[in-house]
Amino acid sequence: MNHSIIKKITQAIAFNIFRIMSVILVAILFSILAFIVYRGASYITWDFITKMPEEGMTKGGIFPAIVGTLSLVAGSMIVAFPLGVCSGIYINEYAPENGFKRFIKLMTNNLAGVPSIVFGLFGMSLFVNTLKFGDSIIAGSLTLGLLALPVIIRVTEEALKSIDKTYREASYALGATKLQTIVKVVLPMSMPNILTGLILSIGRVSGETAPILFTVAAYFLPKLPTSIFDQVMALPYHLYVLSTSGTNMEESRGMAYGTALVLIIIVLILNLIANIIRHFLMKKIKHK
Amino acid sequence: MIEAKNLNLYYGAFHALKDINLKVAEKSVTALIGPSGCGKSTFLRTFNRMNDLIPGVKIEGDIIVDDENIYQKGIDVDRLRKRVGMVFQKPNPFAKSIFENVAYGMRVNGISNEKVIKEAVEQSLKQSALWDEVKDSLKKSAYALSGGQQQRLCIARALAVEPTILLMDEPASALDPISTAKIEELIHELKKKYTILIVTHNMQQAARVSDFTAFFYMGSLIEYDLTKTIFTNPAKQQTQNYVTGRFG
Repeated sequence: MNHSIIKKITQAIAFNIFRIMSVILVAILFSILAFIVYRGASYITWDFITKMPEEGMTKGGIFPAIVGTLSLVAGSMIVAFPLGVCSGIYINEYAPENGFKRFIKLMTNNLAGVPSIVFGLFGMSLFVNTLKFGDSIIAGSLTLGLLALPVIIRVTEEALKSIDKTYREASYALGATKLQTIVKVVLPMSMPNILTGLILSIGRVSGETAPILFTVAAYFLPKLPTSIFDQVMALPYHLYVLSTSGTNMEESRGMAYGTALVLIIIVLILNLIANIIRHFLMKKIKHK
Repeated sequence: MIEAKNLNLYYGAFHALKDINLKVAEKSVTALIGPSGCGKSTFLRTFNRMNDLIPGVKIEGDIIVDDENIYQKGIDVDRLRKRVGMVFQKPNPFAKSIFENVAYGMRVNGISNEKVIKEAVEQSLKQSALWDEVKDSLKKSAYALSGGQQQRLCIARALAVEPTILLMDEPASALDPISTAKIEELIHELKKKYTILIVTHNMQQAARVSDFTAFFYMGSLIEYDLTKTIFTNPAKQQTQNYVTGRFG
């Protein structure tokens, strides 16, 4: 057989393998989604998302868990976003190239690999017990914030690094200080990429169960929080409760699928909002 | 008045500029030419201390700008950079509106009177021959402009902080011939008011826009004279070879 035919066949085989792999991946994702929609969709009613749970969580809604998850997402982002962006700026813009910087970067990477249950235990011992916040939104938000921190730091760092040095030079050349250059030129240009990190963190934070287990999540609490020192229910934990330790698991199975679907929808909506903001900023700074 | 006296510059162990002595004529255009890596851009960047940003740079000797050695202790580098404007190789407007790009230099230097800023923006855009094209779209993103317009915007941005010296680092090398012609025309106009130093790889451009030309080779200043002399009757064989395109 001649050489060019062999090359063509090899190519066809390789690309078809890639194609099959991608299709399998998409199929898996879709079947998970379809399964949850199939089992949960019929439970999603207005009452389900606006009412308190009733009768041992076999009836009623999941409103407090939705509110709880939203407040934890908001709280953790309020903690992690400024902290992460500032650290990212420090690492990329200010920290001198030395062992200390390498150490910080290594630790940031390690932090990203710590299992979330360890964050949960740490949060319990520091925020709940030592700082005496008790099981509360603030303790949960701080713990989830810590979990999100490494991603935000890394993404900020990479986003800043990707800005061509010519923009910094142009700013310096006009008599701007380093701080002015970072705040007015570099940061606005990196914002879309930093927001990508935020989107990823929101997705992760809203679905985490382990970090909130010992720091905020309530098993059953049919009322809304009134302050950041209150406990709340949260969707992932509620889902866990309904499927492993509810009062009547057969009865509440449908509720569990409904809860899973709501959680997925919330994550999708949050991602969508962040993506719209990102797209809007991108359009503003697009450079041909 | 600007002058380099016994200037030596090192990137770590690499001796990038070797004992440069050069007096720049005011309100005229001086072209810096030479093959890639000869040190002409590095030399240009000593005048607004842009090399300070590179770690491991060591500078010896003096650079005099307006009777002041800009490398002496206690020099306010931000103030120096206000007096010495710079235009870069690739158009690099900020991710802001056309107006805010030009206003940027004034804002970071503490000017907050909107009326003053507005007048200066208009003045600078007129000087860079861009005003007529953008006066109705000042609020639009700078990235809506063409490459040539962006470069003239960058020139306007540099002019807005009222420098006396303008450093141009291959300002037309990323532009098409028509935009290049506009930039060259502009340089011709600007030298009535500013002292201009321009790095260029384009011999014809150097011949067209400059009054004086300095030829650099391997970190040394080989020859510095009237542009006419450099291109028609240079004193050194090396210069002759370079400007006629026999090497480099």
